[in-house]
Amino acid sequence: MPQPNAKTDQEAAAPAAVATKPGAIELTINGELFLHTGAPDMPLLWYLRDVLRLTGSKYGCGVGQCGACTVHVEGKAQRSCLLPVSALAGQSITTIEGIGAADDLHAVQQAWMEEDVPQCGYCQAGQIMAAVDLLKRKAQPSDADIAQLTNICRCGTYPRIRKAVRRAAQLLATSTNPAGAKS
Amino acid sequence: MSGINRRQFISVMLSAGGALIVGMRAAGAAFKPTVPIDMLGEPLTSLGAFVRIERNNRIVIGARGCEIGQGVMTSLPMLIAEELDADWARVRVEQLPYGYEIGPDGPTNRYGAQGAGGSTSIPDGWKDLRQVGAVARWLLLEAAAQHWQLPQDRLKTESSHVLHPDGTRMPYAELVERAAAILPPAEAVALKTPEQYRVIGKPARTVDALAIVTGKAAFGIDSYMGGALTAVMLRCPYLDGSVDSIDDSDTRKIAGVRDVFALPGPVLGSSLDTNLAAGVVVLADNTWAALKGRAALKVSWKQGPWAEESSAKLEAQATEALKGAGIAVRVEGDLDKARKAAKRTLEAKYQVPFLAHATMEPPHALIKIEPDRALFIGALQSPSGASRVIADLTGLAREKIEIRMTRAGGGFGRRLKNDYVAEAVMIAKKAGAPVKLMWSRDDDLRHDFYRPFGVHQLTATLDKKNQLTGFGHLCAATPVNYRNAGMKDEAAGIGCLEPDDFPAGLLPNLDKRFFALESGMPRGWWRAPLHTFHAFAVQSFIDEIAVETKQDAVALRLALLGEARELDYKGHGGPKFDTGRLAAVLTRCAEAIDWKRKRSDGRGVGIACHFTFGGYAAHAFEVSVDGRDLRIHRAICVIDVGRVVNPLGVDAMMMGGTIDGISTALNLAITVKEGQVVQGSFGDYAVGRMAQMPHEVEVIQIASEKEPAGAGEMGIPSVAPALANAIYAATTVRVRRLPILPELNRLL
Ligand code: FES
Ligand code: FES
Repeated sequence: MPQPNAKTDQEAAAPAAVATKPGAIELTINGELFLHTGAPDMPLLWYLRDVLRLTGSKYGCGVGQCGACTVHVEGKAQRSCLLPVSALAGQSITTIEGIGAADDLHAVQQAWMEEDVPQCGYCQAGQIMAAVDLLKRKAQPSDADIAQLTNICRCGTYPRIRKAVRRAAQLLATSTNPAGAKS
Repeated sequence: MSGINRRQFISVMLSAGGALIVGMRAAGAAFKPTVPIDMLGEPLTSLGAFVRIERNNRIVIGARGCEIGQGVMTSLPMLIAEELDADWARVRVEQLPYGYEIGPDGPTNRYGAQGAGGSTSIPDGWKDLRQVGAVARWLLLEAAAQHWQLPQDRLKTESSHVLHPDGTRMPYAELVERAAAILPPAEAVALKTPEQYRVIGKPARTVDALAIVTGKAAFGIDSYMGGALTAVMLRCPYLDGSVDSIDDSDTRKIAGVRDVFALPGPVLGSSLDTNLAAGVVVLADNTWAALKGRAALKVSWKQGPWAEESSAKLEAQATEALKGAGIAVRVEGDLDKARKAAKRTLEAKYQVPFLAHATMEPPHALIKIEPDRALFIGALQSPSGASRVIADLTGLAREKIEIRMTRAGGGFGRRLKNDYVAEAVMIAKKAGAPVKLMWSRDDDLRHDFYRPFGVHQLTATLDKKNQLTGFGHLCAATPVNYRNAGMKDEAAGIGCLEPDDFPAGLLPNLDKRFFALESGMPRGWWRAPLHTFHAFAVQSFIDEIAVETKQDAVALRLALLGEARELDYKGHGGPKFDTGRLAAVLTRCAEAIDWKRKRSDGRGVGIACHFTFGGYAAHAFEVSVDGRDLRIHRAICVIDVGRVVNPLGVDAMMMGGTIDGISTALNLAITVKEGQVVQGSFGDYAVGRMAQMPHEVEVIQIASEKEPAGAGEMGIPSVAPALANAIYAATTVRVRRLPILPELNRLL
């Protein structure tokens, strides 16, 4: 059921418009409720980008091969270019914009900065979302665990990603600040 | 920006020749703001085109380059901050737009060189941007001198403050208004000496990393514009083919699709400064509707003049071509005579495929064209080229075209071409609305300007002491100057065979010749262009010579390089090539990998070195091959790029260059079949992933006082030969054809 305080596509794009529509798809993104009233088969990636203007999730291939579009659905890493919004009704999604804030970074974002990982930076939102997911599953990942990160980085930042994942694991292990436990 | 522009009442600029240009705007003394400065917006004041100082003494520095991941948004402002004596920790960097304008002496760029190509940003910035910072500092010093009634030379600067002899510290912010009213000095200001550096040579992290890790950094495809339609295009899969017929009935039924029309390709055989391929445009309200609309199109194509082209035929063409005389690129002595006199002659053929750039962010463009002006937003490597393309296609004067470069999701040379800009302009004109053009990954892989395909035939003649007496390098390749304007003026072999590359000038008989192959495949510049395949052929061959003559492969190279001296080098990166600097990186690399130690357990070590665009690099790898599984146990990159501006940035470029080199050498090739590019996704163009990569790249930077070279490209050419040499050491299988893995599997 559409909630009274949820935002429709039109409202999200241009606040202060439009009442709710029947057949709208309801989904929670970074803790906020949205109603999608457009094409139900629209992949989440394009909904995030073109409708909500949450542009942190990137297009790299559109067919699930590169990971640039990685988000969390119900806390698990998923490639949003392959997920039609209709399949996500009622689910909770976290994007790079929802994982931590500039003044309250997630440990993985913090580690990414400390290791100076980004080159062009385009793949890095997806890399971070994949790493957050990995660290939830494996608090102290082995080399082989890290090698399971299959996101492509065309700039070749993999060695620094490795270091940053280890640093993030340490930060999370020693953190008294619960920021790292978010998402 | 307009509020800020109004306050740029002085402009401090250096001409290309190094002269200081002063007073392009009304001088400060004559400046009478009609509105008090505080009311013009944020409390800040500008000092020349690159520097603003906010009331809280935070210094804002403009970054003029195209940031494609090579770090110029960090390293170029560092040059200004150094001479300005700014507190780097509190500097904020902002991207500058393209600076074309009409000055008193005609067209000029108020920011100087802005393109990204050939690893030139740092060498260019070294020449002018330090002076920008020094002049801004001079103005602040002069303002303080006036304020305190003291001569300038009694004052010092430190961390964004001017220091009075009694120790009083005055923040720059308190001086900037007065400073902006002072005429800049008529002559260049003296620059710091290296022992005074506080920013240059110190590791600096990416200035906008916070925006990147929080998803806030705006790349080109993150730009939107009210009223803009999204365009995607179905391009003709046949090289230089065209649209025969279109059935768009299903496309037009899709909600959100606004229009469908054909876009012609470039005129056959003409120089190419428009779009690259004919096709059908789908205009829609959003990307998804446009992509769905495209998928629903039914188009039949005319195949065009290259319908028969294939990779196999190109190979045959190369074999045939190499029987001819070719075009002499550099010939010295007499290789034929050397061959007759030789105790031994060795020959080998190496083959390199076409490569796509596969920038992580595919080409795209956002453009709005109005009767009297245009606005472009997107990722570029050549904003001047984009400006020319837009002017050509719209008839607008270039100063009426605003170009905002965004952070680019990679470049690698792809964005030196502005075909996608042209495409967007053509579509926007036809649509009569602003347009955001999106390319999908398969568009990108199938419609690129590929690194040239080539076959390299190498010959070495040896005397009875196994000394090299002659060297032949025949290169049959698809020339890189593909339909360039003015390509007739370009040297034969440009972008394929460099006359002065190693070992030219180091032995008496040299014969380098080029053979141009005919192909419909578009070609262009790919990161460290010809050096990637040049180094593969030459540095693999040197290793083969060492093996065949039972010499040490490092000692053989060092003997060839001889004593340290400078040789002429006419190509980009010259005018000199220093044999001593190449020998030094090679020697250091050999030490680091413990070259002399014999490996057991199936491991092999390979090494290679190369000179690229003013930088000297060596790579060494330790590998093993287990069944079909290649493992890289150690990766070492030694680099000498002269004085290093940002060591953390150079380390990133060498690490990234090495990984790019490995990924490309192991896996990547673009092939052609029946006049069409075969590869269309990361499935068949398998850019390397974490699991294939060494855990670490050990980067060693040689400390140097020489003028800085760039760093974007030097880290890649010696990778492929070092890897192939290591594989030989581990397996005694010689890989002479890239990419390595399919070839290794064929040979094993
Ligand atoms: S864009 Fe989704 S995996 Fe590449
Ligand atoms: S940082 Fe450029 S693609 Fe990963």
